This record gives sequence, structure tokens and C-alpha cells, in this order.
Amino acid sequence: MNNLPRSQRIVSGLKARHRMERIFRAAGFSALLLGVVFLGVLLVSITSKGFLAFQQTKILLEVNLPFDINSANYQSIMKKTLRDMFPNIETRREKKELYAIVSSGAAYELKKFTEQNHHNAGRTVDVWVTASDDVDMLIKGAVSRDDQPEVRRLSDVQLVHIDRLIEKKLIETRFNSGFFLNGDSREPERAGIAAAMMGTFFSLIVCLLLAFPTGVMAAIYLEEFAPKNLLTDFIEVNINNLAAVPSIVFGLLGLAIFLSIFGLPRSAPLVGGMVLTLMTLPTIIIAGRASLKAVPPSIREAALALGASKVQTVFHHVLPLAMPGVLTGAIIGMARAIGETAPLLMIGMVAFIVDIPKTVLDPATALPVQIFLWADSPERAFEERTAATILVLLGFLIVMNMLAVILRRKFEIRF
Amino acid sequence: MTTMALVNPACGGITPPSAIFTEIPTESETRMQTRDLNVFYGGNQALHKIELDIPRHKVTALIGPSGCGKSTFLRCLNRMNDVVENCQVQGTVMLDDQDVYSPYLDVVLLRARVGMVFQKPNPFPKSIFDNVAYGPRIHGIAKCRDKLDEIVMESLRRARLFDEVKDRLHAPGTSLSGGQQQRLCIARAIAVEPEVVLMDEPCSSLDPIATGGIEELIAELKDEYTIVMVTHSMQQAARISQKTAYFHMGHLVEVGETEEVFSNPIDQRTRDYVTGRIG
Repeated sequence: MNNLPRSQRIVSGLKARHRMERIFRAAGFSALLLGVVFLGVLLVSITSKGFLAFQQTKILLEVNLPFDINSANYQSIMKKTLRDMFPNIETRREKKELYAIVSSGAAYELKKFTEQNHHNAGRTVDVWVTASDDVDMLIKGAVSRDDQPEVRRLSDVQLVHIDRLIEKKLIETRFNSGFFLNGDSREPERAGIAAAMMGTFFSLIVCLLLAFPTGVMAAIYLEEFAPKNLLTDFIEVNINNLAAVPSIVFGLLGLAIFLSIFGLPRSAPLVGGMVLTLMTLPTIIIAGRASLKAVPPSIREAALALGASKVQTVFHHVLPLAMPGVLTGAIIGMARAIGETAPLLMIGMVAFIVDIPKTVLDPATALPVQIFLWADSPERAFEERTAATILVLLGFLIVMNMLAVILRRKFEIRF
Repeated sequence: MTTMALVNPACGGITPPSAIFTEIPTESETRMQTRDLNVFYGGNQALHKIELDIPRHKVTALIGPSGCGKSTFLRCLNRMNDVVENCQVQGTVMLDDQDVYSPYLDVVLLRARVGMVFQKPNPFPKSIFDNVAYGPRIHGIAKCRDKLDEIVMESLRRARLFDEVKDRLHAPGTSLSGGQQQRLCIARAIAVEPEVVLMDEPCSSLDPIATGGIEELIAELKDEYTIVMVTHSMQQAARISQKTAYFHMGHLVEVGETEEVFSNPIDQRTRDYVTGRIG
């Protein structure tokens, strides 16, 4: 034993203790930094790509609108307009290349424009039509004109046409409203996420309506009313297990039960929402129970001692105090559900949906599934659309998580 | 004074004929009594054969060292032990001539008749008004808004809190000081018009001045209510109680007039405790 005085012995150990503290702080800080860097890289790469998709290259055409709105051949009007703009085009091949600088959907846009501007029938007016995705990629700089023709997918003749359009200021990028208003399409310039957004929206509504009341009631029953015995322990273990089950398993369950046994429609947001409900329920129940448990027992005793029944105690006092935690759990569960792809694939929400769903029974797809589908497509222009869809999904998530924070603040009661 | 029947005729099963809407004009000396009361927490016996009479319109003090079972006993009187897991109660507890642990008894009605104030002030995180109005509301005591206002004001007045909070009845109850919160809890308990008020160390988290206020209040309340109070302070028991019961290790060692117990205790353990040698 050393005979140093007590305080000196403490001093000799202090250095090591302070060093440990510094090391721990540095380690914690670097861990945080690493996380922030990864997040930053992810966001920057997605945002830089995705933002391009919010712009779309448009070409200004001078079109002589037809009198006969319904039976006019807009395809040929479009072709004629283009031929008039570039008069010295002779061969069939050159014509085909010329027509290819506008989107295959341009004739539909022209038809729609004519219908909306029927008072201008017969006159020659300026119409902005969507350029094809290859032109779009070139204008946005996603491909370079120095690339091989196979890569840039535009011939030298087409490049000359585009240069002339740029010279005359007849081509420019504008806000891509079609991205938010259209359904899916084989043509990237016409493809939009409206069907996926509506699908996600309907699925989430169904999920919220089913999972929130069921989950909260189950949590209240298990926490406040159920006797504590082997059976409830067994149920608790199973709920915790369910929260960790891979989501595709819920998809298979949905396929087997909702589609095969109940005969519900395939690809419907209703079924999607029901499958997501199965997935979200454990999360809501676990979070709900935790926040009910956190309510001080003195509040329960106060109410019971006044002669409140168990149900009154729970609904008048315990649940309001637990509400912030319950809501946070529900929103976190929903936020997980919004990003879920695998279970939706199983019940057929992976379909190519052009029409925007209007009810929960219409075929639909969902945002993460749309990302999955587009990420698989070969066209260059789908790459930026994939990134843009991810941005929209992230936007949804940010809104939901903010909502969780706001609700928690609003319902928080200090005691 | 008439007594409400404790038995809820709606609770199903066979109702013994004697228990249907019995109005018993009891005015006996004893309001509550326990006979052969044993309480177990799992395998541990917390109370052994407690036989105690609670006199009407008096303050009964339960004293004894920590863990001696006095709070457990108190909580048997309005069946608050029901919510404690593993807690088993054997024996009889009578309120007037009704068995508190009878399967025919509605515990909601029992707790409306036997109110409770806890050790730590536990106001609801609601306004002062709503705290006091909660009991009358759930029991449907007040028929209209004016009547409810009256009950709330009167309860606050009787709890000697009214003058301090009359301008801010809608401020949260949790914004009051500790002593005020405890008086709020007393007001909340007496707003239900209970017959018995159980107090579990109501002053233990309060400073001497607030304690003095509560003690005066208890002394006043005993004219209308029967009060059973657990306390750690022997001075407090001596000051405000008329009857004192000394608990030790789950046994009721001695019970008697407060003056007797303090000045001339029979049991050696009581003597050691009240003279401050142990405890």
C-alpha cells in the first residue's frame, strides 16, 4: 500500500479520468460527424440529380389550330408544323429524326391545348410542347454533344435542329408540372408520380384509420386492463417479434389472406393500406404501451380514489397524458410504412399505372414502388426522375416527422 | 343522516336481499371497523390480524416506523390495494354495516364514500376548477353548471384555498405551491362529499407553515368527516388526533385515546417509539 495522502491519490487518478472523458467526447463527436457526412453526401447526390426532373425542356411551335377539334389528326398537324419550321428536309429518315425531337405525347398536348383554346380555332398560335427525353437530357447537360451518337441518342442532324431552336429561342426548360400531374409512362418526359402519390396517400389513410385506433386500443387494454399472466406475457413477446418481422412476410400474408381468401382487388391501395396496417400495428402498440407506462401512477390513484371507474381513469387522465408519445409512435410507424416497398410488391401494387386512382379500390402504385420501377428503366431521363421521386418521398417524411414534433409539443402537459 | 347503499344493484349476479337499497340510519360510534385483517404481497404478509375501530367524526392517527404496514392498512379501507399486483386481502373491513370486500359491492361507490388524500400532492394536470369539479362531474352530483360552481367554490373554501386561487381558477393546478396543491387535493376529495377521508402522510412533503395550515384544516374537517391519517410525526398525531394506533412490523401493537397512547403507553415497543428511542 502506498502511503500517499487521500487527496493526492485522487489527484493522481484524475488525469486518466479526464483523458477518458476527452476520448469519449471525441469519439462521440466523430460518430456524429460521420453520420452527418453520409447524410450530406446522400442528400447532395439525390438533390443534384433530382432537381433536374422538376424542370422539363419545352419547344415552342407555331401551330395552325384546326377547326374541327374532335376529329382533327393532331399527329399530322404536329408533323406539318415541324416540317414548316425546318423546310429543307427531304428524306424519310431525316423527317423521322425531326419528328423525334418532340415527345410522342406532344400530339396529345396539342389536342388538349386546342380543346382549352377552342375560341382560337383556325388561328395560328404559339404552343409549348414537351421535347423528347433525349433532347431534354442534352439541354440539361446530362449528356454532352461530344458523346458518341449511341450515348447521346441524338443524330448530328438533330443536333443542328436543336441548335437552330436554341438560336431562335424556341426551346427552353420550364417547370415540369406534368411530373406531379401525370401517371406513369414508358416515355420519361411524360412520366409522372401522380398515380404513385395518390396510391401512397390512399394507402396511408387506410393504414392510419385501421392501425391507429386498433393499436391504441390494444395498447390500452394490454397496459391498463389485461391481467398480468403467462398469456399476456406470451402476447407481448409476440408483438415485439412482429415488429421485427421482415416486411415482405406481411406482404405474403396480405397476398394469402386479403387477396386469396377475402378476394379483395389486386393492386388496390385498400389492400396496400391493410398490409401496411399489419406492419405498423406492433410499432404503435409498443410505443403506446411505453407512453402509457410513463404516466405517473399517482395520477391513476388520484382518479381512482375519487371514485372514477377504470375506463374513466384511462380516458380522462392517462390517455391524454400519454397522447404525445402515442402520436409520435403512430407517426413513426406511418413514416416507416410510407417507405415500405416489399409488402406492396406482393399484393400487386407494382403495376404500371397510367390512370390516377380516384378511390381506394382503383389500381395504384406507391412512391417507393415507383422508385423501384424507374430505377430499373434503361432511359437516362428516368434516373433523374427516380431521384426526384426520392426527394418527394423525403419531403413527405420530413412533413410527417415535423408533424410528430408539433403534435408532441401541442399535447405535452407538464406535471 | 342516511347512508347510501354500497351495493350496486346493476353489478349482476345474485344480490342478497338485505343489500338492496338499504337505508340504514346508523349513528353508532364506530364508522369503520376491521376484523381479522391480513394482507399479503405475494408471499410476504404485510399485515397480521388487524382489528381496529375507526370512530365517527374523529381523527384517527396511524403511527409506526417505516414499513410497518400503516399505509397498507389505510389503502385497505377504500380498496386502493386492488390495483396493486399480488396484493391479497383477507378478513373483513366494514363501513357502517356493509362489507367493503363483498363481491356485491361496487368499488366506485365505495371510493365516493371513502375519499383519499395522498402523500405527495397529485393534482391532475388540469385547471384548479377542473381538479375540484372532476369528482362531482363523474358522479353526476351537480345537476347544472351553477350547482357545480357552488360545489367547487364551497370545497375550495372548506380546504382554505379559495382566497388564494379565486382569481385564477382556470390556472393549472400544477402551478400552485406544494402546500396549495395538497389543499387542492383535499378540496378535490371533499367535493365528492365522502363520509370518510383517508390521508396518507398528507404533510410529509410540505414545509412547517403549510403543515400547520393542513393540520388546522384537518381539525376543522373532522366535524363533518371521519378522518384516518397516517403520519410520521408524533407531534402531529398528538396535536390533531383523538385516537392513535401504533403499528409495528405489520402488527397493531397498541390502540387507544391519543393522550393515553402518548402519555402512558402499555406496550414497551410503543413506549420506545413515542419517546423517540426507536423509529
